[in-house]
Amino acid sequence: MTIQYNPEKRIPHPALWGVLYRSSTPFWEGAKQKELRLQRCKGCGAFLHPPRPMCPHCLSAESEWVRAKGKGKVYSWVTYHESPNPAFKAPYAVVLVELEEGPRIVSNMIDTKPEDIYIGMPVEVVFDDVGQDLILPKFKKAG
Amino acid sequence: MEYNPAFPLLRPYTDFDNRGFWEGIKRHALVFQRCKHCGLFVHRPRPMCPRCLSTEKEWVPSEGKGKIYSYVTVHYEKTGYPGIKVPYSVVVVEMLEGVRIIANVEGIEPEELRIGMPVEVTFEDIAEDLTLPRVKKREVGSP
Amino acid sequence: MFDQYLARRYRTTTRPRKEDYLVRDNAAIVGIGATEFSRDSGRSEIQMACEAIKAAVEDAGLRMEDIDGMVRFAMDFTDEMHLISALGIPELSYFAECGYGGGASCATVMHAAAAVVTGMANYVVCYRTMNERSGRRYGHTPGVGFVKTTPSDHFGYIMPFGLTSAPIWVAMFATRYMYEYGVRPEQLGWVSVVFREHACRNPKAMFYGRPITLQDYLNSRMIVEPLRLYDCCVDTDGAVALIVTTAERAKDLKQRPAYILGATQGTATEGETMTSYYRPRITIIPESWYTAQELWRVTGVRPEDVDVVQFYDAFTCLVPMQLEEYGFCEPGEGSAFCEGGDRIRIGGELPCNTSGGHLSEAYIHGMNLIAEAVRQIRGTSTAQVPDVELSLVTGGLGVPTSAILLRK
Repeated sequence: MTIQYNPEKRIPHPALWGVLYRSSTPFWEGAKQKELRLQRCKGCGAFLHPPRPMCPHCLSAESEWVRAKGKGKVYSWVTYHESPNPAFKAPYAVVLVELEEGPRIVSNMIDTKPEDIYIGMPVEVVFDDVGQDLILPKFKKAG
Repeated sequence: MEYNPAFPLLRPYTDFDNRGFWEGIKRHALVFQRCKHCGLFVHRPRPMCPRCLSTEKEWVPSEGKGKIYSYVTVHYEKTGYPGIKVPYSVVVVEMLEGVRIIANVEGIEPEELRIGMPVEVTFEDIAEDLTLPRVKKREVGSP
Repeated sequence: MFDQYLARRYRTTTRPRKEDYLVRDNAAIVGIGATEFSRDSGRSEIQMACEAIKAAVEDAGLRMEDIDGMVRFAMDFTDEMHLISALGIPELSYFAECGYGGGASCATVMHAAAAVVTGMANYVVCYRTMNERSGRRYGHTPGVGFVKTTPSDHFGYIMPFGLTSAPIWVAMFATRYMYEYGVRPEQLGWVSVVFREHACRNPKAMFYGRPITLQDYLNSRMIVEPLRLYDCCVDTDGAVALIVTTAERAKDLKQRPAYILGATQGTATEGETMTSYYRPRITIIPESWYTAQELWRVTGVRPEDVDVVQFYDAFTCLVPMQLEEYGFCEPGEGSAFCEGGDRIRIGGELPCNTSGGHLSEAYIHGMNLIAEAVRQIRGTSTAQVPDVELSLVTGGLGVPTSAILLRK
């Protein structure tokens, strides 16, 4: 089951943090288009996540944003029994998904109860329009 | 002074140590912190007397008289505060008690400003939650 | 509290022993790197920091993995964690930050020198990055979105009165300085004209190719009386980075080392950030005076031995004041020293701000001044002073400050 929100509370918005460095803007633009995008260095092809202005392997400042396949496995997860933020209704789970390409992202499950999540569970990305001008990448159990 | 109401003036931050000063200003009274132990006037308000390190203090009304110690007149609107129309003047006044305060002027044109000009303190109620001291010309020899 | 300072009595007997100052001759600046200086960089501050650090590492002839220390400005919006992740620096064993805006400039080198001399790190990078022209401009009043001023309590006594930006804060000192010493605007104008001349020799300066005359200075618009447009430094988008290591390691690297003879910090009582209006006299800068006394004490150098100096010139009036505080002339004589420009220009008795300084090259909070001081030692400045042995840099004014003295 999907995470429940309190409609009159403000969901923390990525723009609150991402503005200063600018590196993450293409990730959230991709989410608006319902695409999972990852930054890849043009110099050596390494995936850079979290996004950054320079590639730590080859020091190139040139990078591109490519569409990720969207498949991965659960690397770790937590279950909140008491919600820390009024926007979210407890209980809910937060997962750390290791994508096939290598990088890991934090997200929620859209269709799985917290007690059914396990490390190594295969997942694939879906996009959830949660309102408040926010479309978030989430995961469902893969076949 | 002419204000632009779209930009309210910045309010001072009041805390344990300076509340007495700003509450005095609200009542149209200029008060200064004085150390109860050694009698030193301390401005701006501090938690401890810098001379004898006592934390005992009292708020003593000032005579409200002093001389201009230095002054500026802001001409360029982007350098000044957008809530105040340029040109506007700001002065540092050395009070008879020996301490200095910063204030705007009332009834003194920029070209009239002189170091050493005798002034006295008056007050302006700018908003419900903001009263500020001002200085105007003082006749020397007045009581 | 102020008696010692007002009488210009600096007691060396209460200071550490000179022989215990381990930094002298044991550390050096071995690499300098910078982005271009512009009105709009078109990219983020962290990216410029990466580029400047990468350039400094290449300048030093090192590899990025050699960097194991980092010193930043507390005021900087970037941090060690994200920089090392972008640069691929595996670990840092020393990281520090220096506060008070521009006062931190030479202090970053001082902390880096202390780290390498005490064996905490091998190669320490000091940097500053800012989009100050395209982003938040220090010459303008900062964000008006907040109605209550910050818990920096002193702002409550100045902000409601419209004393809201650096030019206004400094102008209050300038009025008093000009009054007490009878300073004429032309005397300050010469500082602006001469530093612009130096910038016109430096293709990387923001005002390269745009000389000004004293008449241009006097005709320029009044920003906040008594400061005119050409009294104020530029706002810049850019980044500068420096690499510091021990003198021993410096010998084997690519460039001629700029050995650190002394690096000091100083602050003094009764101060407020840029607004110390409560001291017995406000025509003086006790922080700078004390930093200078410490510097002359630990290096054994006298002001007259210095060959070239980069003064922190956020505003022209600060240059004569620093000439007095650092002991290049008597109190009150700083403006006469600058009049005519002959003594402070290249070829004169004390060449100042030879790349154009903050007034005409770029304003990277003092770091571009340190880079120029290093170039003077290396012999690669665009306005090179012949036979430079000692090169001085001063840190930001009106705040706890710092200074360094480099030698060949």
